[in-house]
Amino acid sequence: MSAVGQLGAAAAAPPAKVERSGRRFTGYLLLLPGGLWLLLFFVVPLVSLLAASLYDPNGSIEAGFKMTWHFQNFVDTMADYARPFGRSLWYSLLTTLFCLLLGYPLAYAIAMKAGRWKNLMLALVIAPFFTSFLIRTLSWKLLLSDNGFVVDALKWLHILGPDGRLLATTTAVVTGLTYNFLPFMVLPLYASLERIDPRLIEAGGDLFANPFTTFRTVTLPLSMPGVVAGTLLTFIPAAGDYINAQLLGTPRQRMIGNDIQRLFSAGAYPTAAALSVTLMAAIVVLVLLYVWRAGTEELV
Amino acid sequence: MRWIRQRLVVFVALLVLLYLFAPIVVVMLMSFNEPKSKLSYTFDGFTWANWAHPCRPYGLCDAVSTSLRIGLLATVIATALGTLMAFAMVRHRFRGRSAANLFIFLPMASPEIVLGSSLLALFVSSGFGGRLGFWTVLIAHVMFCLSFVVVTVKARLTGMDSRLEQAAMDLYANEWQTFWRVTFPLVFPGILAAALLSFSLSFDDFIITNLNAGTTVTFPMFVWGSAQRDIPPQINVVGTAMFLLALVLVLGGELARRRRTR
Repeated sequence: MSAVGQLGAAAAAPPAKVERSGRRFTGYLLLLPGGLWLLLFFVVPLVSLLAASLYDPNGSIEAGFKMTWHFQNFVDTMADYARPFGRSLWYSLLTTLFCLLLGYPLAYAIAMKAGRWKNLMLALVIAPFFTSFLIRTLSWKLLLSDNGFVVDALKWLHILGPDGRLLATTTAVVTGLTYNFLPFMVLPLYASLERIDPRLIEAGGDLFANPFTTFRTVTLPLSMPGVVAGTLLTFIPAAGDYINAQLLGTPRQRMIGNDIQRLFSAGAYPTAAALSVTLMAAIVVLVLLYVWRAGTEELV
Repeated sequence: MRWIRQRLVVFVALLVLLYLFAPIVVVMLMSFNEPKSKLSYTFDGFTWANWAHPCRPYGLCDAVSTSLRIGLLATVIATALGTLMAFAMVRHRFRGRSAANLFIFLPMASPEIVLGSSLLALFVSSGFGGRLGFWTVLIAHVMFCLSFVVVTVKARLTGMDSRLEQAAMDLYANEWQTFWRVTFPLVFPGILAAALLSFSLSFDDFIITNLNAGTTVTFPMFVWGSAQRDIPPQINVVGTAMFLLALVLVLGGELARRRRTR
């Protein structure tokens, strides 16, 4: 269509052509201010980060950094930080899994069972968000503390040994991460479950499928876009988070974000930047693999 | 047994909601705590004092006011720019539209630590390293709020029936009248939701802010700082107040919506 079609239209009705091209111009105009902002403060920074990761690591903030295309930075940081790096990916994988396990029933209940309480329940999912992320994580510190009722209850149930503890363990960090990123899983899941035509589920029942078979063959596949979007929106921020590891764990649970933050505040920019770039690259590769496997291109 | 099985999903969902609310209950409770020692994580006694004197811990209210100012400014700028972008994406067909779509999605899909550290790298390499503070934080907040605004407003615009606008045009409204009398009122709830989201994202952000704030202290940075020493119960007062404010806004919106649709 495009050029030829438009030329044809223009020949037939000149004013229409003027209007249409005017509107197309408007599209760019509307995008311009925000696009410029993103270009200046998202794209250019990423380039500077990439550049910073190749600076000579012997520089300092006072003396300045020299661009020496020091690719060795990447090798060195990976040698030093492979463990927290792997741990971050492992924790965020666990977090994503738990968010999916907890978030799916919640999203399903809101979309399918809540009826007129739907909006209220959605609001309840978002409401905890408004109490600061940090304050909520701090209150997990209290909930999971050694003499808290959660630990006592788990000891009473013999799930936790008599000298067992939760705070300062991997369990605490993953609990906090799951808690903090759960809404990011629930909302996209809800959006895609909500879109499912209930008649399709009824049809499953009419065709003598039991509820579980209907769920496996009808509901779940139709909710896949939500599952993909939700897992991405949980996994990516969780991989970069260091608040939960810092407040609920010990240095033995530290994640790559802790190291990046620490190195930046110590002024070791090239090392920190190299770690940051590696994290971004690892996430991009994992996400592309995942999206390619899941076969969903429509993300937003 | 059958009764339980049919309601299993609802039961699990309620348990998950309980998980979401457990820390909020703790925050509310702790806002009335009268700690015996400075490093107290236990509930030692009930008092109204924290609510009566929320500004007592040195620097707390300054931090809240800094966060409020940054949050409001970032919300206004991000909502304005993002709404324009959402209109461009939904109402206009142009070359490179799907590329633009991906481009807008990317900041949402980047870990905060990468966004924060890349902005820091830019500020340092362009000589702004010594001037980190209010303005660099504001720039960062507008950047990460933008994508969320576009997505939220876009969702509202996409769900809107464009025949309403055509009808207005058929009734001889010009483009300007159509926009202000028909389109804008219909999109407004989406814009409001986007603004609310921006504000809460900005007010709550720690990772990006901490990297780009220099000596400026926002509320989350104050909380972080005090978590290393002692946690004044007034922090929980601010948390509870934020939560209640959000609840009032959300419930008010829901009530208004029910009244309108009745």
